[in-house]
Amino acid sequence: MAHGHKVKRYSGLKDWLTTVDHKKIGILYLLSGGFFFLVGGLEALLIRIQLWKPLNDFVAAHTFNELLTMHGTTMIFLAAMPMIFALMNAIVPLQIGARDVAFPFVNAIGFWTFFAGGVLLNVSWFAGGAPDAGWTAYAPLSTATYSSTHGLDYYVIGLQIAGIGTLVGGINFLATIINMRAPGMSFMRMPMFTWTAFITSALILFAFPALTVGLVAMMFDRVFSANFFEPTNGGNAVLWEHIFWIFGHPEVYILILPAFGVISEVISTFSRKRLFGYSSMVFATVLIGFLGFMVWAHHMFTTGLGPVANALFSIATMLIAVPTGIKIFNWLFTMWGGSIRFTTANLFAVGFVPTFVMGGVTGVMLAAAPADFQYHDSYFVVAHFHYVIVGGLILGLFSGLFYWWPKMFGRMLNETLGKIFFWLFFIGFHLTFFVQHFLGLMGMPRRVWTYLDGLGFNNLNLISTIGAMTMGLGTIVFLINIVVTSAKPRNASNDPWEDGRTLEWTIPSPAPEYNFAQTPLVRGYDAFWKEKMEGKTEMVPAEPLGPIHMPSPSSLPLFMSIGLFIAGLGFMYAKGDYGTGAWAWILHHHIVAIFGLAITLTCMFLRSVFDDHGFHIETDEILRDKGVKA
Amino acid sequence: MSGHAHVDGKLPHEPEKATLEGRNKVLGFWLFLGGETVLFGTLFSAFLALRHQVGDGNPTANELFELPTVALATFILLTSSLTSVFAIQSMHTNKVKSMLWWLVITVIFGLAFLGLEIYEFNNYVHEGHKFSTSAFSSSFYTLVGFHGAHVLFGVLWISILIAQVLKKGLNVVTAPKIYVAGMYWHFIDVVWVFIFTVVYLMGKVG
Repeated sequence: MAHGHKVKRYSGLKDWLTTVDHKKIGILYLLSGGFFFLVGGLEALLIRIQLWKPLNDFVAAHTFNELLTMHGTTMIFLAAMPMIFALMNAIVPLQIGARDVAFPFVNAIGFWTFFAGGVLLNVSWFAGGAPDAGWTAYAPLSTATYSSTHGLDYYVIGLQIAGIGTLVGGINFLATIINMRAPGMSFMRMPMFTWTAFITSALILFAFPALTVGLVAMMFDRVFSANFFEPTNGGNAVLWEHIFWIFGHPEVYILILPAFGVISEVISTFSRKRLFGYSSMVFATVLIGFLGFMVWAHHMFTTGLGPVANALFSIATMLIAVPTGIKIFNWLFTMWGGSIRFTTANLFAVGFVPTFVMGGVTGVMLAAAPADFQYHDSYFVVAHFHYVIVGGLILGLFSGLFYWWPKMFGRMLNETLGKIFFWLFFIGFHLTFFVQHFLGLMGMPRRVWTYLDGLGFNNLNLISTIGAMTMGLGTIVFLINIVVTSAKPRNASNDPWEDGRTLEWTIPSPAPEYNFAQTPLVRGYDAFWKEKMEGKTEMVPAEPLGPIHMPSPSSLPLFMSIGLFIAGLGFMYAKGDYGTGAWAWILHHHIVAIFGLAITLTCMFLRSVFDDHGFHIETDEILRDKGVKA
Repeated sequence: MSGHAHVDGKLPHEPEKATLEGRNKVLGFWLFLGGETVLFGTLFSAFLALRHQVGDGNPTANELFELPTVALATFILLTSSLTSVFAIQSMHTNKVKSMLWWLVITVIFGLAFLGLEIYEFNNYVHEGHKFSTSAFSSSFYTLVGFHGAHVLFGVLWISILIAQVLKKGLNVVTAPKIYVAGMYWHFIDVVWVFIFTVVYLMGKVG
């Protein structure tokens, strides 16, 4: 063991800006993802206010386009993805008995690039207009010809930067789960949440580069006058749709699989039963991940791909209902005969099941290509994907947050406020989106700024708006809950739900910096439960107590993402009429972009040249931690 | 996390996999290359979809491409893959000096390839095949240029690693870096094989 390297620890803001600790990065993801969730939610409320009555002019038509674009983009890329990464960071290493992720430094890069991309995207609101071509940014609407402001530039560049973060995050979790599992933690003993994190990471790895290429191509079209999607010079607008959805459909499964994992953990814990059909659950997860790559063209049935392609993609899409159905039945059978406790976490999990089934059923309806010609671009589609994303992923996330909050922060969230939140959010959700199925079937198109009186849309839209307000109210209750909770003492026990089954409940809440004082020996699925059933209160250690090696904090990830942020702005504003001054010369010659990239490359150079020796946490400090808790 | 365990005396046979950090790095890099495969796969798809969209009066692929130059570039790059294998073999037998020489030769080949590519692109531009000429030209320069940028990055990266080994020696920290740089170099070679076939040979034929 190499001793003598100085212990590097910062405190306060500097600690948060330089941390490479997966638990703190998880909290950073949660904070910023939560912030963007509120921004996206606010945009949703503005959309609903505009639509509450016919011929409303609460916001201008152009602003409405910006709102719906930014609502979708923010919710998918800046709220849902980081909140998934928050849970993965906070929990996956603990569930597999690891001291850290495989690449702690890369983990920090993942967070900071996501954050820089997210901020850059939202800067567009204050810089002459947000993107307004829908979250799918279909060409030619998004090409320079039809979108001459900088809005779409922010979209293509902001998402590229955020995408880097997601991609390296995915690689990190794949390597962590493959290489860092504790002794005895075989793949088929891994908790379900870790399994879904694993498959989601694999999907990220194979889906996000396609989006990157699409965004790069569109950026080249817009910034360097390329012709990928410019039909006048031989470009092909449908090519964008293909590239976008080859990423976009796996993205749907990237979002929903971790929610499946959370639900499996929560239902099993609060039914005090082993997860029913664990191996079929694993199989179904892998199968969904696999099929997720073969269905992208079901978003494009009306594009004119022809009956053969439509039929194939239609069948492939319907096939996904099979593994998903397996999961639904497994959850039901897990609850069957269990001693169920309806904590807030479990309410969200149990509420998830029928809600997600409804989203799944409309999914199969949409998969039927001939019928899809009727549903396409109507509110029926809006209802469908909100049922799977809000009714699926978001309910799953809230379930996971209530379940793991004590492990992340050492405090239990208030259950009464939690239940009020659940009912407001759940009822509000169904009020908002259930009626939209019928609005769609009655012919209301999606993405419209307003509608005429006398079409029969009025009442259903009003109900939908009231529902959205109710969801907003619920979210406020959740925020109050967080504030109330954070004022309480930090006294959660190791296993605050008392029925914890997996390794994260064997260590203090919140987990110490090094997670496990001694790496545990895993002797079966539901490792902790197995020990409990044999009358033990803690895991058998797999190693003697000794000094623990930790990576040093670093400010390079932060500066790397700042560099990319500056470069992004530089590329965007290189074109344009700035007169003849020095500033014009600087922008036209890409000096700003080169400067930004130079910062990033310099950080990479520094990281390569200067080895990080890390530091050791000595045995007496570990014992002291243990003593305090005992 | 036994990290940078100080190895006194001889390095293990595969120093890149001697530590958990090293094993993580190698695995993580394989995964990264998986993502890169999708990246280039998408670029190839875009090129294949657009390669006939030349536009009126612009030079076609058949008129533009000069196979002798491209064949020479291919030969150079493929040879550089071989020399990088020799470098890794020298690393495994702990012959630091010969490893460094093979790496230097690899970098020189990489630079030669880049020189030829710049010469080639310059010719094309003079023949009216600019980045913004047509969908064919945009997708051509993006695909081949992405590959060229990868070669450039590799050249810089391996040069930095050579300097590091000179300063720090070959150990369990530097060995995984050399090893993954070798993987990277093979990957951009494989991509080039596809570019040579799909872009240049198919461009000449059809």
